[in-house]
Amino acid sequence: MIEFLQMHLPPLVAGLRVTLQLTVGGAICALVLAVLAGLGRRSRRRWLRWPANVYVEVFRGTSAMVQLFWFYFALPFFGVSLPALLTGVIVLGLNSGAYGAEVVRSAIDHVPRGQWEAGRALNMSEARIMFRVVLPQALPMMLPPAGNLLIELMKNTALVSLITLSELTFTAQVQRAATLETVPLFALTLLIYFLLAQVLLTGMRHLERSVTRHRGQRA
Amino acid sequence: MIWDWQYALGVLPSMLRAFVVTLEATLAGFVLAVLVGLLWATLRMAPVRVVARGAFWIVEFVRSTPLLIQLYFLYYVLPEYGVALSPLMIGILALGLHYSCYTAEVYRAGIEAVPAGQWEAARALNLSPASTWLRIILPQALPPTFPMLGNYLIAMFKDTPLLAAITVMEMLQTAKLIGAESFRYLEPLTITGAVFLFVSLIASYAVRRLEVRHAIRR
Repeated sequence: MIEFLQMHLPPLVAGLRVTLQLTVGGAICALVLAVLAGLGRRSRRRWLRWPANVYVEVFRGTSAMVQLFWFYFALPFFGVSLPALLTGVIVLGLNSGAYGAEVVRSAIDHVPRGQWEAGRALNMSEARIMFRVVLPQALPMMLPPAGNLLIELMKNTALVSLITLSELTFTAQVQRAATLETVPLFALTLLIYFLLAQVLLTGMRHLERSVTRHRGQRA
Repeated sequence: MIWDWQYALGVLPSMLRAFVVTLEATLAGFVLAVLVGLLWATLRMAPVRVVARGAFWIVEFVRSTPLLIQLYFLYYVLPEYGVALSPLMIGILALGLHYSCYTAEVYRAGIEAVPAGQWEAARALNLSPASTWLRIILPQALPPTFPMLGNYLIAMFKDTPLLAAITVMEMLQTAKLIGAESFRYLEPLTITGAVFLFVSLIASYAVRRLEVRHAIRR
């Protein structure tokens, strides 16, 4: 047992670091894209609404893995060759961002219309109503589905192993091929992913709690 | 021009054959997910605490770990225990088991939405547990879950490319092989993406129709 861990844990931890880089990098990209595209889809201006709609439909409609392979193998035909880690971060960000855009949009849609009307009655600008009145109320609604998306993103980082990036899954595969200790090795890898998911979920729950508490004090 | 139409048309027949494999894996996996999910949902409500907690943690574990490792696990471990299945069968098994943990949550929400009075009425009428479930609870709990199950069907469809990792000749694997033979990945990969987009858009439209229908009935 100790020997098994001594042998396999260091490379797996090194792989976990790459998995974390992918998760964090992808999540930051996804957050930015989700807010931009979510607001874009609600815009009255067609030149904002259309690109946002196309982006969301394309990246939700095609599979994450197909997107990954397309960016890694097909994009070079347009003269753009990206390293595997960057491709992973971009594709994970684009994919989760498209799902996140729907979360942002539906949370904003669920804020009662009276809030907009009250803002206008107080002579606030549209942008000010959005950022000072509507978004602060929509944020607590966004957090639970955002937590689920974060777990999905973390799980999708395993796909990047298939474009030869040595993250956790790839490392497990290499170790398995070298030692053939399939069951304990994959069990350990699954356990690491499970613990990572629990950490992310706990973090999201803390965030949810602090956001609702913050809002409670103001009200 | 970068895009080669003649080449694209040439690879189309093999891509469409691979699409059939993708559909098979999706549908067979979905049947498994729908059935096993119901099993998890009922186990989670079991009166024996150990069983209920056990089912809860199994579902949590499978849901929060990547499908890809679960695929590898079954692919490498099943033969060690003398279970020889084709890669496609293993793919279907992994997809079905993974998504059964999602459908379990859907069922649970559906079952919890059935008013408590229905349980009490069934008990007052002295119905057996089996007929309470089959004649009273499930007929009310299941139909509202259909749109959510439809969404998971679409999600499973979009996860079938993972089976390429265990050598199943579905669309992505076929595109990869064609690309490697001719050093042109652009056309087969773009066709793959386009087929996924086309089918997902139609399927999401169908799910939205289903949502509207159930909303009206209620």
